[in-house]
Amino acid sequence: MAELAMVPTTPSKSEARRFGAFGGRYVPETLIGALDELEEAFAAARADTGFEEELRALLRDFVGRPTPLYRARRLEEAADIGPIYLKREDLNHTGAHKINNTIGQALLARRMGKRRIIAETGAGQHGVATATACALFDLECVVYMGAEDVERQALNVFRMELLGAEVVPVRSGTQTLKDATNEAIRDWVTNVGGTHYIIGSVVGPAPFPQMVRDFQAVIGRETREQILEVEGRLPGEVVACVGGGSNAMGIFHPFTEDAGVRLVGVEAAGEGLGSGRHSASLTAGQPGVLHGALSYLLQDEDGQVAPAHSVSAGLDYPGVGPEHSWLKDSGRATYVAVDDQQALAAFHRLSELEGIIPALETAHAIAYLLDREMPKADGPIVLCLSGRGDKDVAHVARVEGRRLPL
Amino acid sequence: MTMTETSAASPASLIRQAFEARRSSGTSALVPYICAGFPDAAASLALMEGAARAGADVIELGVPFSDPLADGPTIQRATWKALEGGMTVEGTLALLRQFRSRHDTPVVLFTYLNPVHRYGVARFVAAAREAGAQGVLLTDLPAGADPALEGAVAEGGLALIRLLAPTTAPERIGTVAEGGDGFLYYISRTGVTGARMELRSELADEITAIRERVELPIAVGFGISSPEQAAEVAGVADGVVVGSALMERVEAEGVEGAEAFLRSLREAMDAR
Repeated sequence: MAELAMVPTTPSKSEARRFGAFGGRYVPETLIGALDELEEAFAAARADTGFEEELRALLRDFVGRPTPLYRARRLEEAADIGPIYLKREDLNHTGAHKINNTIGQALLARRMGKRRIIAETGAGQHGVATATACALFDLECVVYMGAEDVERQALNVFRMELLGAEVVPVRSGTQTLKDATNEAIRDWVTNVGGTHYIIGSVVGPAPFPQMVRDFQAVIGRETREQILEVEGRLPGEVVACVGGGSNAMGIFHPFTEDAGVRLVGVEAAGEGLGSGRHSASLTAGQPGVLHGALSYLLQDEDGQVAPAHSVSAGLDYPGVGPEHSWLKDSGRATYVAVDDQQALAAFHRLSELEGIIPALETAHAIAYLLDREMPKADGPIVLCLSGRGDKDVAHVARVEGRRLPL
Repeated sequence: MTMTETSAASPASLIRQAFEARRSSGTSALVPYICAGFPDAAASLALMEGAARAGADVIELGVPFSDPLADGPTIQRATWKALEGGMTVEGTLALLRQFRSRHDTPVVLFTYLNPVHRYGVARFVAAAREAGAQGVLLTDLPAGADPALEGAVAEGGLALIRLLAPTTAPERIGTVAEGGDGFLYYISRTGVTGARMELRSELADEITAIRERVELPIAVGFGISSPEQAAEVAGVADGVVVGSALMERVEAEGVEGAEAFLRSLREAMDAR
């Protein structure tokens, strides 16, 4: 650093808002006040044992935590590695890890006196988890969803409506998660006074990436305790799929200081990295600014955001959480990519081997274990089974040319 | 006639002077937003020239970006049409060069951070200056978000146009103004860009409050869509920004209709 002794050495707010060079708050001026308010409310909530206790009780009694850490012996046999443990986030209420974050943020919204909640959703899991938290706390809920995803995930649209949410199909741009996020931000800019935006992943302007990670870190904290109990040692490797990257950050975070634990994030290679139709921002993107943060981004030479593609709607996003960009550049985590066909095959394999139908997003992480090219892990492998695949059954049938009477 | 730069006339001061000239004749500056490449490159250049003839004082030239999250439906449509037609950062600068060869009206490049970031901020600022820009406005770069990057704009010699919103805390107004130059853009309401029927009644008081803290000229935008509204805003602010309503005119009536619309705004503001 050239500028010595110009400022006090305690980390400034703007440093706390970044992960190395990544992250930040690149948003319209209109939102700065709301982000400041959120930052303060989150800091105050963390310091408040009452908040902590209420969240813990809800995670236990409403969500069903702690989730089990399950040893998948038939998967070990098939992959010829092991031991492999699955962190069963699919067993959470609403079927995925997303609810860890929405319950936390809804509590925070209530604390801030904001009665209207907006959210974006891709696969619909975050939308369902947000609608669920809003029903629980009697908050108004509007969910933006790309028109293409509304079609791909019709079942989740109906679930959100059953829970009392309004689902707004977004027909602009690529009609997927990216555009749903644009529209949610436009809503927030317009109605910022009484509205809280529950972002569904570790993306967006600070403090969202930090806050969502902290709400999801319960996954990693439980995993750490559970693996120490059954194995008496830390994992050699922790694996998770990465779209925006919230389940991965949640399980990685409590292990980032443990140098012996390899962290592997699995992105969606879609129709192949060479095809140009994929969602592998970390593997094949360049740093750029989208949705409020500097992070790896799929974009063209002119800085236009490139459309993402994946068979899984939840990974179909051209950006990624800024902390993942930092973990990649610092070498602390490794990121690989798995294509649609590998993910579909893994979707079937886990169903047949373990009696667990995984979400298509999660199937990418399974595929990496089945087709891995990494050196053998020094210790047990833990895979974050981020969600269950019920929502994907009709879509997979369609992709595979099966007609279901749905 | 082309603009000659002297140390007395920095790009930022040319913008300030354009506002000052209108103020001293008892009216306000007219600041149209024009999306480069909409509906095509030639038409957007023709509109810039028409705007200069119609009495525009500063032109905001939009560099289209794929994800215009601060913009409403009209500018989103214009943006995507421009991108479909192949408009790029270089293409926008080429339009500006052509405009600059015939007109002195100061131009502010209006865009989002990513196209500039990808181009390279220092390189962008140098290229923009060479092409004849006086300022740059980055919708998603609020004051203090990236001091090094913000500094690079000023060091490169372009005015960094800053925005204030109704939600900006009073104690933040000075900070926002400090690193900005040219003029301050006051967003007249929370929300995205787009033509609206009515102005908020608090507008005059809010601008008075800003004026107490800021010396730069204040232009007001977001929602201004008629000569009556332009005249009303001209009564309280140094400049009137019109974007979505202008792009709607282009869609409905073409460049000539849009130029006539700007003339009607100019007349209403001057007749006030």
